[in-house]
Amino acid sequence: MLDVKFELLENVEIARNTYKMVLRGDTAGIRPGQFVNLKLPGFYLRRPISVCDFAPGALTLIYKVVGHGTAYMAELTPGAELDVLTGLGNGYDTAPSGEHPLLIGGGAGVPPLFALAKKLLAEGKKPAVILGFNTKDEVFYEAQFRALGAEALVTTADGSYGIKGFVTDAMDRPYTYFYTCGPEPMLKAVYEKSRTSGQFSLEERMGCGFGACMGCTCKTTGGHKRVCKDGPVFEKEELVW
Amino acid sequence: MVNTKVSLSGLALDNPVIPASGTFGYGYEFAEIYDINLLGSFSFKGTTREPRFGNEPPRIAETASGMLNAVGLQNPGIDKVISEELPRLRRVFHKPVVANISGFSIDEYAECCARIDREEGVGLIEVNISCPNVHNGGMSFGTSPESAAEVTRAVKAVTTKPVYMKLSPNVTDIAAIARACEDAGADGISLINTLMGMRIDLKRRAPVIRNVTGGLSGPAVFPVALRMVWQVYEAVGVPIIGMGGVACAEDVLEMMLAGATAVEVGAANLVDPFASKKIVEELPAVCERLHIENLTDIIGGAHHG
Repeated sequence: MLDVKFELLENVEIARNTYKMVLRGDTAGIRPGQFVNLKLPGFYLRRPISVCDFAPGALTLIYKVVGHGTAYMAELTPGAELDVLTGLGNGYDTAPSGEHPLLIGGGAGVPPLFALAKKLLAEGKKPAVILGFNTKDEVFYEAQFRALGAEALVTTADGSYGIKGFVTDAMDRPYTYFYTCGPEPMLKAVYEKSRTSGQFSLEERMGCGFGACMGCTCKTTGGHKRVCKDGPVFEKEELVW
Repeated sequence: MVNTKVSLSGLALDNPVIPASGTFGYGYEFAEIYDINLLGSFSFKGTTREPRFGNEPPRIAETASGMLNAVGLQNPGIDKVISEELPRLRRVFHKPVVANISGFSIDEYAECCARIDREEGVGLIEVNISCPNVHNGGMSFGTSPESAAEVTRAVKAVTTKPVYMKLSPNVTDIAAIARACEDAGADGISLINTLMGMRIDLKRRAPVIRNVTGGLSGPAVFPVALRMVWQVYEAVGVPIIGMGGVACAEDVLEMMLAGATAVEVGAANLVDPFASKKIVEELPAVCERLHIENLTDIIGGAHHG
C-alpha cells in the first residue's frame, strides 16, 4: 500500500453513468485486479475503485455513478489533486490461466479485466472476453479489448446490442480457465455455469480497504477472509456458494 | 523540548497516543507502512473466548463526518490470539500493548482477562463492556452500574495488570457507571465506545447495515466523547483513556484538558492509515505553540475551581 497524490488529467463519460478517469502519479507496485481507495473532500470514507489500466506515471479508473461520492467524482475537472491509497488487495493470479482463459465482466465489473487481459496477452496467452451490460448505451471498452488483441463478445440483457441475454449465455465455448468480476447474481451464475476452475473478484462495503477494520469479511472454505486484503480475488474453490 | 510522556496506572508511555481497538487489527497492516513503535501503545482487536465471525455484511455505512460499523467482535478467539497473534505482534511492536477483551458472560470476561494477564507484552487490560453490535453481551454489561461493577470485580480478582473498563456512551448517566467501576476496583476508565445509530438505503427501503444498527464513530462524535470524558473526570479519581472522533493533535489536547491521561485514535486510522503517526509527530509542535512543556500538566486542566 502506498499513499500517493495523483493529478487528474481526464474525466469523461464513456457510457451511460460510466466515467473514465485518467490520473498522473506514481503507479509503482500496482497489479491487475487490485483496487485503489480515493479520498474525496467532504466524504468521510474513501471510495474503493478497481484499477482498469496502469502504466508508469498513469492510472486509469472506470467508475459508475451510483451515489453522492461517485457523483462528486464525475464533477472533478483536470488539474484536481486526489489522495489515493494504491496497491490494495491481492489481484489476479495469471499462473493457472492456461492458453485460452475466458474473462467475464458485468457492468462496473468490466474495468479490472482490462489490465488483466493486457497481462495475459503479454504472457503470450489468448484471452477471450465476455462483456455483459443491461442495454446498448451502457456498453463500453469493446473496441479497447479488441485493440489489445483479445476476442471480445458483448451481451445485453435487453438484446439492444450484441448477444441477447446474460454473460452466461456466451460461455458455451472452450476455455482453459476463467476470471470474472461483476454483480453478485452474475458471479453466482458464472459459478454455476463454469466448467473449469477460475477466479472471482468480489465486492463488499469497506471501511478502510487495507485490512484493519474487518468491515468486509466473507466466509470462505479457508476461513474468514477480508475482501479488501485477502481478496478481492478469490479462487472458485474458496467460495461457499 | 516538550515532554510527551504520560503514565497509566504505572504503565509509562512515550506519548499519550494509542490507536483504538478495532481500528488497528493486531498492528501488522500498519507496521507494513510505518514503524508503529513511535506510538504510545495500541489497543488490539477486541478478543473473546470463542472465535467469532461477527455480523453478516454489510457492516459499514458512511455518515456525515463519520461512519457506522457493526463488525460484531470478529476475532480468532483467545487461544489463537495468544498462540499466533501476540507472537507475531511482538515482532513488530516492542512496547507493552493494550489488550482489549470482550465477553458474553462474567465468567468469560474473567477467564479471558486472567489468561491475557499472564502474557508478556500486555501492559494494560481494557475490558470492553460497551460493544453495541452484539446481542446478550458487550454493551449489556456496561449499561448499568451494578453489572459494570460485577464484571470489574470478577476481572480484578484474577488479574495483576491495570484494568481499564471501556464504557458505552449509550447510557443515561455515564458518571454513575464510571464510579461503580472505580468502587469495584477498576484501575482506570476508557471511554467512549461508539454511539448507536443507523442509515437507511433509499433504493432498497431497508437499513444499510444488515445488523440494522451500528456504532457511530469519527469526528461527528468528538464533542459527545469530550463531554463524557469531562463528566467522568469529575466523578472518579482513577486515570481516563479518552477517545471518540480524535483526528489531530489538537483533539488529543482537548481530551487531556477534559481529563484524559491518554487518548485513543479510532476511525481516523481507517481513512488515513498514517493518522496516528501524524498525530504523534504533530504533538510536540502543537504543544510548543500552546506553551505546554509537560503534557501531564494539562490533564484535567480545563476544570477550574
